[in-house]
Amino acid sequence: MIDFVGKRKWFFLLSALVIIIAITSLAAFKLRPGIDFTGGTSMTLRFTPQVEQEQLRQEFTNLGHPETIVQMSGGDFLVRLKEISPQERESLTEGLETSLGSEVIARDYNAISASIAANTARNAGSAVMIAAVAMLFYIAWAFRRMPKPFRWGACAIIALVHDVLIVMGIFSILGRMANVEVNAMFITGLLAVVGYSVNNTVVAFDRIRENMVKGISSDFAVTVNSSLLETLARSLNTSLTTLCVILALFLFGGSTIHLFVAVLLVGLLAGTYSSLFIAGPLMVTWEKGEWGQLFSWIPFGKKPV
Amino acid sequence: MTRKNFSLLIFILVLFGFALWSIVPFNAKLLGPNGLRLGLDLKGGSQLLYEADLSKKSSSITDEEAMSAVIRKIQRRVNEYGVAEPMIQKEGTDRILVQLPGIKDISRAINLIGETGMLYFAEQKFDETGKPEFDEDGNPVFKDEPAKAINKDGNKEELTGKYLKRAWQDLGAYNEPLVRFEWDSEGAYLFEQITERNLHKQLAIFVDEKVISAPVVQAVISDSGQITGSFTLDEVEDLVTQLNSGALDVPLALIDQRDVDATLGADSVRKSILAVEIGLILLLLFMFLYYRLPGLVACVSLGIYGVFLLAIFKLFHANLTLTLPGIAAAILSLGMAVDANILIFERVKEELRAGRTLGAAVEAGFNRAWPAIWDSNVTTFIACIILFWLGGTFGAFMVRGFALTLFIGVALSMFTAIVVTRTFLRIIVNTRLVTNPAAYGVKT
Repeated sequence: MIDFVGKRKWFFLLSALVIIIAITSLAAFKLRPGIDFTGGTSMTLRFTPQVEQEQLRQEFTNLGHPETIVQMSGGDFLVRLKEISPQERESLTEGLETSLGSEVIARDYNAISASIAANTARNAGSAVMIAAVAMLFYIAWAFRRMPKPFRWGACAIIALVHDVLIVMGIFSILGRMANVEVNAMFITGLLAVVGYSVNNTVVAFDRIRENMVKGISSDFAVTVNSSLLETLARSLNTSLTTLCVILALFLFGGSTIHLFVAVLLVGLLAGTYSSLFIAGPLMVTWEKGEWGQLFSWIPFGKKPV
Repeated sequence: MTRKNFSLLIFILVLFGFALWSIVPFNAKLLGPNGLRLGLDLKGGSQLLYEADLSKKSSSITDEEAMSAVIRKIQRRVNEYGVAEPMIQKEGTDRILVQLPGIKDISRAINLIGETGMLYFAEQKFDETGKPEFDEDGNPVFKDEPAKAINKDGNKEELTGKYLKRAWQDLGAYNEPLVRFEWDSEGAYLFEQITERNLHKQLAIFVDEKVISAPVVQAVISDSGQITGSFTLDEVEDLVTQLNSGALDVPLALIDQRDVDATLGADSVRKSILAVEIGLILLLLFMFLYYRLPGLVACVSLGIYGVFLLAIFKLFHANLTLTLPGIAAAILSLGMAVDANILIFERVKEELRAGRTLGAAVEAGFNRAWPAIWDSNVTTFIACIILFWLGGTFGAFMVRGFALTLFIGVALSMFTAIVVTRTFLRIIVNTRLVTNPAAYGVKT
């Protein structure tokens, strides 16, 4: 029998490393906010004949919008500037047409005022928080016949925070390296990850609960380990089938949902990992009261008391 | 037992037949006026989000009344211009979301609704010596604030369109078109003071922040008045419409505007559907190869699941909108539907390995898997509810569509796994159609 639980320190170390990287990246680079969070205007411009990116940037400055960010995407330009009205947009595109001598089609015009954008970020944060607390209480209630029911809820939520941090960390790195911006769709994806992560953890916990009732072993670590092994096939199969669909959506789906699907993809992988290797093993560590010596075996860590 | 299974089977088949009937013919008509209701992101159009300044409303009505009055007025305006399937709804306490499918030009959409639509009067400006001020063209200058008067409660109050009872068009003494209007009692009380104060002076009438006319006040008037000017009949008609339906009670600020290109939407839909098809084929293949007979049964019940989901969207098209995030949620819920089946089959396999008979193993498998399915899906429901509840405040149509679809999808997935798959498997087991354990994925 494979002993996952016995090797839990390695899993914790791996997760700790990934999370430290994620938090460092979040602190250093933050997430690159889209206009959903900052307010402003975005639109897609297509020029016939095509113009140079540098030339376009220069023209925006000449027309009084030096703040404009111009990005190339396919043959189109994705531009972002401060909030402008549709009338201003018209005069702006007309100005571009005259000065660049090229016909322009503007699509996906999107203008959001700064006040609502600030709200968006705050609401998104509170949505995740409220959802986490609500699920913590539900799990504690669902496992109310078990000793220390809140512990189950807490471990599921730790696994959830783990997944959310990894997704956010990766997107902060992507924001830095590839200018990936987060928008309302990113938040939607993140909330789907929240649901998925806890869903997965609860399935594993359910098996631990069943085996505890059966009393398969007096050692909690053994009970957890065999429960995880028993749910392994299910966890991998479920993740694999969901992965089939999400991967297909990522590869062949439309560009508008690309970011969203990417969030799901990362979240799915993190969620599967944490439900098996983090949530259950954490229960064991907690049960054994080993928090203090969690990392004591690392040479530079604290010596066990 | 068999009789119960039989009636369940009949129930499923009838439900399935009804669902299938509701979505057939499976063609362009499904996307037509009475078919699936497509969101703005799939159909193209403009979306506007307004924030109402409720501090400016009359104090005699509640916030809700003021908001529904504003919404009714926007509705009337949009309907007058004949936009197909507009959606106007309240978001949160003071926001209004307006979706106008097919309106490509967002400037037109904004003009159509009118930004503030307020009616007010402005008094002439006078210098210290009491002489009226004029601009370089010789026109009188007006104060840039609405004329105020003392209301019945003794407070200073602006006279605005919210005191307007009605406006109508009429012809003057020389057959010239003009607009007549009537105040409510509070408005009349204010108007009397203002006209008295401005007797033989010019009083400018502003609608939508534009001077409509600036007549000289000829007499003290209270409950009614008229707006004259060199108007054409059409202009008078427009003005009456503006005063009656456009004079919104509370000022609105446009805080979010999007226009979505339908061609991009259509392209996304086509690609996403292809993606789903590919994903589905892989998924079904996997289920069959790994779980054999139950896998095949699961494939059938997943097919039924898909038909049910489409039928729900079709039957409730007045309330349910299919958006791109909605499609993503449907796919995610499909994953959860598969998950429920996998949870059950893994249990059935375990029970078979433990040496139970086929019938007992299937029953035990379902019963053992149930708590996991229930608890895990309830946590998803909780996430959905919170998402839906807070969804109105960000990206509106995206988040809410996602949450609602995921909720429906997950609920439906539990139904198909627990009712449809179970009934099919029971019938196969009870009728001894397939008895070889190998067909259930267990090596003998």
